Amino acid sequence: MIYQGKQRIWSEYQKEIPTDHWFYVRSCIRQTFWPASEKMFLEVLRNRIGKDIYETPCHTTCGGIAYHSETIPQETVMTIIARQFALMTEAGYENYVCSCITSFGLYSEVIEDWREFPELEAKIRENLWKATKREFKIPTYLAHASDLIYKFRNEIAEQAKFRLVNHKTGKPLRVVEHIGCHYSKMFPSKGVGGAEYPYVLAGMVESWGGEVIDYPERRHCCGFGFRQYLVKANRGYSVSNTHKKFESMEPFEPDMIITNCPGCPYFLDRWQYVIAEQTGKTYGKDGYGIPVFTYEEVAGLVLGYDPWDLGLQTHQVAVEPLLDKMGIPYKPEDKYKGLNGKELQRPDFPMNIKCC
Amino acid sequence: MSQNVVIIGGGPAGIEASRRLRDLGYTPILVEKEPALGGHLSRWDRLFPDGVEARSILEPMLQDLDGIKYFTDTEISSINRLKDTWVVKLSNGLSAQVRALLLTTGFDLFKAEKKEEYGYGIYERVVTNADLEAWFKAGAAPQFDDVKTLGFVHCVGSRDEKAGNRQCSKVCCVTAVKQACEIKEKFPDATVYCFYMDLRMFGRKYEDLYLKAQKDYGIRFVRGRVSEVSEDIDGHLFVKAEDTLFGKPLKIKMDLLVLMAGMAPAASTQPLARMLNITTGEDGFYQPQNLIDSACTSAREGVFFAGTATGPKTLPETIAEAGSAALAIDRYLKTPVK
Amino acid sequence: MIDFGYGLTPSATLKIENVQNPKFAALHEREPDVVKCIACGSCTASCSAGVFTEMSLRRVILSLQRGREKETLPMLQHCMLCGKCQLVCPRGINTRHLILSIGKVYGLNEEEAL
Repeated sequence: MIYQGKQRIWSEYQKEIPTDHWFYVRSCIRQTFWPASEKMFLEVLRNRIGKDIYETPCHTTCGGIAYHSETIPQETVMTIIARQFALMTEAGYENYVCSCITSFGLYSEVIEDWREFPELEAKIRENLWKATKREFKIPTYLAHASDLIYKFRNEIAEQAKFRLVNHKTGKPLRVVEHIGCHYSKMFPSKGVGGAEYPYVLAGMVESWGGEVIDYPERRHCCGFGFRQYLVKANRGYSVSNTHKKFESMEPFEPDMIITNCPGCPYFLDRWQYVIAEQTGKTYGKDGYGIPVFTYEEVAGLVLGYDPWDLGLQTHQVAVEPLLDKMGIPYKPEDKYKGLNGKELQRPDFPMNIKCC
Repeated sequence: MSQNVVIIGGGPAGIEASRRLRDLGYTPILVEKEPALGGHLSRWDRLFPDGVEARSILEPMLQDLDGIKYFTDTEISSINRLKDTWVVKLSNGLSAQVRALLLTTGFDLFKAEKKEEYGYGIYERVVTNADLEAWFKAGAAPQFDDVKTLGFVHCVGSRDEKAGNRQCSKVCCVTAVKQACEIKEKFPDATVYCFYMDLRMFGRKYEDLYLKAQKDYGIRFVRGRVSEVSEDIDGHLFVKAEDTLFGKPLKIKMDLLVLMAGMAPAASTQPLARMLNITTGEDGFYQPQNLIDSACTSAREGVFFAGTATGPKTLPETIAEAGSAALAIDRYLKTPVK
Repeated sequence: MIDFGYGLTPSATLKIENVQNPKFAALHEREPDVVKCIACGSCTASCSAGVFTEMSLRRVILSLQRGREKETLPMLQHCMLCGKCQLVCPRGINTRHLILSIGKVYGLNEEEAL
């Protein structure tokens, strides 16, 4: 692998990301799957880096799930998005950052459609006015939350208490980075690093001390989609895609996976359980599987937040082996305790994949 | 004192045209920006379809330069029109005033790193046709050791909207077949694949070469374009394509992949076009008066073309055009000025 | 093992280098011209049986090269050895001999081949 070749491509796809004053919108499902991720994002950017990130309680879903599952038409989803933009305009912002990668893809797609078909934009403006009496401006900059963490990765590295390094051997951790399909596959110029070798997560991993692995199915979809898993009979297609990725990354012996989408880490995490229970095969060492994280969780880990405050107990694949590798202290007995130390019940453990 | 003619570009077209013009009694001034004459031809090993050595064509040319004033490592600083002449200033300080100007600036090889999905410049085992020719000529490179499975990818940077080149580069298909046979001679036990969209075997004996490749060399042809290349843990390549004739996607592990980089317009085309106020086509090559019987003359008076400056061509076509351009210049210069 | 109601879909990708093709090598020995095929489709287009059945000599040759003979050998049952394909083959392959050789090498007995 000639690293300079990749660096040259990264340098061709530089994205302009403003440094301050962002309007933040959350994701529908991310908070359920990865409870602390969005809170961590705000915590890091507001309190650790000191930026102005604004969010309003009036904002809604972008409509992506419904749109991609074909339950609402394009005009509806464009009007929903127009309302989101109207909230941004009313709050006085022009930089828009979203938490979900499907949202990011959808916002990019809608803005591009409006640019190509101005009459469509005019129609949506009219729809919004009729429905809510709101007006909107198109954001000057659209970014994904991982773009912002990428932009401030060096500031985070400076404040970091831990690094992505095996503290016993001193070797960097081998990290698989997985980018959500909607990030740069549709519009390569809108993603940091382009479509073939995206750099947004690779940059974070490198600043925080890890080593990025390039394996053959690196750019393959995790299989989330929407239609293919909503109906139970279709889920075989989804799990096969994830299976293909894991078979491909296995020889490279990764220590962890970092992702920037709500759905991808969910599938990469949960499907390891399904594959283990169906076929008996686990990936990673000693039958524990390969732990999957969102980038905010990784940022929180390197900055020294308590793993259980980061919601890592909701992960299917055990994270404790990785925490041990990184030398992060944690209390195993507190894992399933709620607020004020209340004892919550412990989950049953699966048969074929080891959990803690 | 015989008339001067300035010829820009010292590849086979420029050298051949210079020789013809000299034989017709003119003094050619041949300008070449690289340190040596010969252009791309000086970097080829053997030529299709018969495997003739490239230097057996080039060396006689280079030994017949008497009476030709040639300057290497020299570029054009400026060209201005003065009445019915061109005032040409060279970067070495010399200048010439001529009535006829011949552009034989040739082509640039498409930069294969632009096709990011093929990983040229990222994976060591991905090389271009030019790299392979260089290895055939006199090379030792680690990616060529112990090759058991290898492939050729046709149409890299040609017939490709994404690469910005819609044109077919004409010669890459037959070059791929030639190189496939040559590399099979070096590695007789290797399995060689050619991934093509169409096989353009238009010239004399090209079909025979194709047949020979299939029958005698056992080259396997897969109709389907390579979509992406990735690397496994020992540095071998995974190549993904579709076998369109069979209707299923394909995945092969390879030790070497050769990208057939196409012909792109030379970098000097646009600056010279602006200096001379001549047009280029949509594909970026110079636009002659027409492509049938005035392919060597420009619509602009006193400007002539020969070779790949006006589009992809084979070497025999280039050499023939050089002679044709020389005659066109001769006719133009003998026509009295009105 | 738990049954979740869905399973892993097998991959449709051809992994060519994994194909050991001793049978094709044997066929190549009996009929060296088999590698001359350029998959032009003239044989299939002129085939008497091809109009009414799935018979396609082009597909048979290709599937043998890819190691997927199970999918296409049954087609050969429909071949009547009429020879129309041999009349049109631009590469001059003796297609009747090829079909009979395929039958011998891949184990179709004489009745099945005819």
